[in-house]
Amino acid sequence: MSHPENATEFLKDQAKAKWHDETLWFVRDKRDRISKTIPEWEQLRDLASQIKDNVLVNLASYLEDFERNALQNGIKIHWAADAEEHNQHVLRILQEKNCKAIVKSKSILTEECHLNPYLEKEGIEVVDTDLGERIVQFLNQPPSHIVLPAIHLKKGEISDLFHEKLHTEKGNEDPYYLTQAARIHLREKFLGAKVAITGVNFGIAETGEFVVCTNEGNADMGVHLADVHIACMGIEKILPRRKDLGVFLRLLARSATGQPITNYNSHFRSPSPGKEIHIVLVDNGRTAQLAREKFKNSLKCIRCGACMNTCPIYRRSGGFSYGSTVPGPIGSILSPGLDMKKHSTLPFASTLCGSCSDVCPVKINIHEQLYEWRQEITKTHGEFGKGLSMKLANGIFKSPLAYKISGNLMRAALRALPDSMIYHPLNTWGKSRNLPETPTETFQQWYKKNRP
Amino acid sequence: MENFKPNVALFIPCYVDQFYPKVGIATLELLEKLGCKVSFPAGQTCCGQPLANAGYERDTIGTTRHFVELFRDFDYVVAPSGSCVLHVKEHSPRIPELEQEQNDLHHKVFELTEFITDILKVERLEGRFQHRVGYHASCHGQRGLRLASSSELNQIPFNKARKLLGNLEGLDWVELDRTDECCGFGGTFAVTEEALSIRMGKDRLEDHLHHQVEIITGGDMSCIMHLEGIATREGQKIKFMHVAEILNQAIT
Amino acid sequence: MSSREKILAAIRGVSSESKSLPEIPDFPLSGDLEEVFSQSILGNKGEILSKAEFEKWLPSMNFQKVISLSAHFRTTGNLTLPEDPHELEDLELAILDGQFGVAENGAIWLEDTNLGLRALPFITEHLVIVLDRSKLVETMHQGYDLVGNAHSGFGLFIAGPSKTADIEQSLVIGAHGAKSLRVVLV
Repeated sequence: MSHPENATEFLKDQAKAKWHDETLWFVRDKRDRISKTIPEWEQLRDLASQIKDNVLVNLASYLEDFERNALQNGIKIHWAADAEEHNQHVLRILQEKNCKAIVKSKSILTEECHLNPYLEKEGIEVVDTDLGERIVQFLNQPPSHIVLPAIHLKKGEISDLFHEKLHTEKGNEDPYYLTQAARIHLREKFLGAKVAITGVNFGIAETGEFVVCTNEGNADMGVHLADVHIACMGIEKILPRRKDLGVFLRLLARSATGQPITNYNSHFRSPSPGKEIHIVLVDNGRTAQLAREKFKNSLKCIRCGACMNTCPIYRRSGGFSYGSTVPGPIGSILSPGLDMKKHSTLPFASTLCGSCSDVCPVKINIHEQLYEWRQEITKTHGEFGKGLSMKLANGIFKSPLAYKISGNLMRAALRALPDSMIYHPLNTWGKSRNLPETPTETFQQWYKKNRP
Repeated sequence: MENFKPNVALFIPCYVDQFYPKVGIATLELLEKLGCKVSFPAGQTCCGQPLANAGYERDTIGTTRHFVELFRDFDYVVAPSGSCVLHVKEHSPRIPELEQEQNDLHHKVFELTEFITDILKVERLEGRFQHRVGYHASCHGQRGLRLASSSELNQIPFNKARKLLGNLEGLDWVELDRTDECCGFGGTFAVTEEALSIRMGKDRLEDHLHHQVEIITGGDMSCIMHLEGIATREGQKIKFMHVAEILNQAIT
Repeated sequence: MSSREKILAAIRGVSSESKSLPEIPDFPLSGDLEEVFSQSILGNKGEILSKAEFEKWLPSMNFQKVISLSAHFRTTGNLTLPEDPHELEDLELAILDGQFGVAENGAIWLEDTNLGLRALPFITEHLVIVLDRSKLVETMHQGYDLVGNAHSGFGLFIAGPSKTADIEQSLVIGAHGAKSLRVVLV
């Protein structure tokens, strides 16, 4: 289904749609308020953007530095050109360890690679340990938001789900009670897993370490109890220097949830004695995006989700309306690069209001890239009935005479025709909106009479 | 200002020409009152924004060439629309044989309120407008032309329209819950994403209604047309005026 | 060609003008460091205790299983560190020394030498971090200056008790990690 169809569906439950909008607005508002307590906020965004610019230019050598240093630290490195190879690496490690059950903390990359179904097909139990992710996993759904995976669900729905899966009291919707039930359930999984998978927030070229940030502590609970830690990392997650983390950790949580920092910010540099750390470095379309001059800086994204919280479309259509792993504005500029046909409606799911670009902690010009994707998409997929009418319009607008005739005709038609017969776009316009009253003369006509 | 009588061309967006001639008239009269020599170059069409935002910027070369040729010889080009001005400056395709003219033009095209505050350097307007007014910050003017500080940024608050309206005697400026959220017009978005567009428009209207706004004003009639269309359909009594209409009516 | 070579070659095939790496200024923070730090910890739903307050609190809790690795409270624990972190499953309290704290956000830096076992601050039900009040810095920038490039296999900033807001954005303290954090300033 296209984005407009999904959005229409989402909006049918008006109360829930309103709640969704307000809940995410609350998060955005928290972000606004905390960002204004940092006098150097805009300077930090500039710095982060500049650091990422430098990373994109020097990515190859930073990746080599990162690899060399990580290897020296006793970490094993695997390179994956695409999702399939990423999944194969993970599976191979699990098979070598004879591991049949793993715990995994939040990693949008593994969602992008569809790792869970891949491993499950091989008979491996994958337990997502972030509370929100565990909830959507129980429902067999993907996350609807990259930071708040279960934001589309009300506590009543979660209560019912936990009653069924974890045998909590029927009707008990207390978030504390439900969270404790998940804590007990997941603790058992943490204690039993030999291998734990995490994502990566930042990889540091000069040290070969990587950083994982969580609030729940689930990533650390998993990896420190397991024998083997597999960290799945997109190649764009590199930062040159350790001190760059100062900039990025100041921005990340404030942008994401409006908190001053995530609770646990773990720096993994070498494995504990007797244990193993593996990093899978994944391309999966990233080098192709890097080669697209107009779209390359979408790779600066640190997955804070601020553009989703601020987006008036996302808040009112929900993450699933996008049909892509990363929803919202940033997803709409990343996804067409992966599959333009499938995601062709996403860059149009925006009013180009620009709020996404203004909240972005690394200053990605998201709304301008949405505009640029539109130009690309119409070259190959000129549907939505836009092609013809727009060409016609260009014919009209570049010729003053044609414009005058068509304008007069249009106004005459609007006066004469019943609403139901007005041509298609105006028909859609008129479903829930009136048209302006048609004046008797245009400005051009008035001007001729009054300023001769 | 007395010795400064710039030769200003009015750039009237096509939908204003067709549907809101009163806004064009108010803009013209207002600029004249402020001492400008204003003319309206005949033969204006549309700037091409609807096509470009729909993904057909490449098809607006003819329109753009026409625009450059029509306006190149004026000191300033002023439009009662942030959106159309942003389009001309940022999204009109390069016209190879008119590169210099096009470049020069981009530095002299202004949205009405920014022209009054930044070029005419008007510090305050004297006048009277006894109404409770809610301001709709249209996104392209707001975040594109930076006509006002944006709620997302950590910056010193400012608003060029408010600077002009705020001094009018009796004008009661209303603080909204969401000061600069999009109304959902978005050009073709209004029809391609109809359900969302309507929801967004209704939400904006609710914010104004909740604060007992009497008149919603703004710098872009496209957003106002959308909001007004919903309000009239819903039978809401709220009124709508372009900033130019209020200013022109208020000052003498 | 291996995937490694393919990826690196693809990146190198993209021509782009060089962009220099910016220097990061030392952004100052206004206010009394201890006061700002304490407010940050409280905001993160942790608590700040003096040594005396801690010594009063501890017996009142009647913990049966306590590990202390803190140089300030060497004899407070009643368990020694096991080899296998799984044995910490029912640990009630861990007392650790933090290296320094960051005033702007309450983040406290700990490394392998402070942790004994990396799982310790997560698996314990309650966590106490002992911090020298002279070891407070303004922001994360000064924090990373202190961390420098010293090598520790693992290091982390802890800023509060484990928490989540995944159910309708309602804040719940005590998700998977420690259910409480008390910072003892000495």
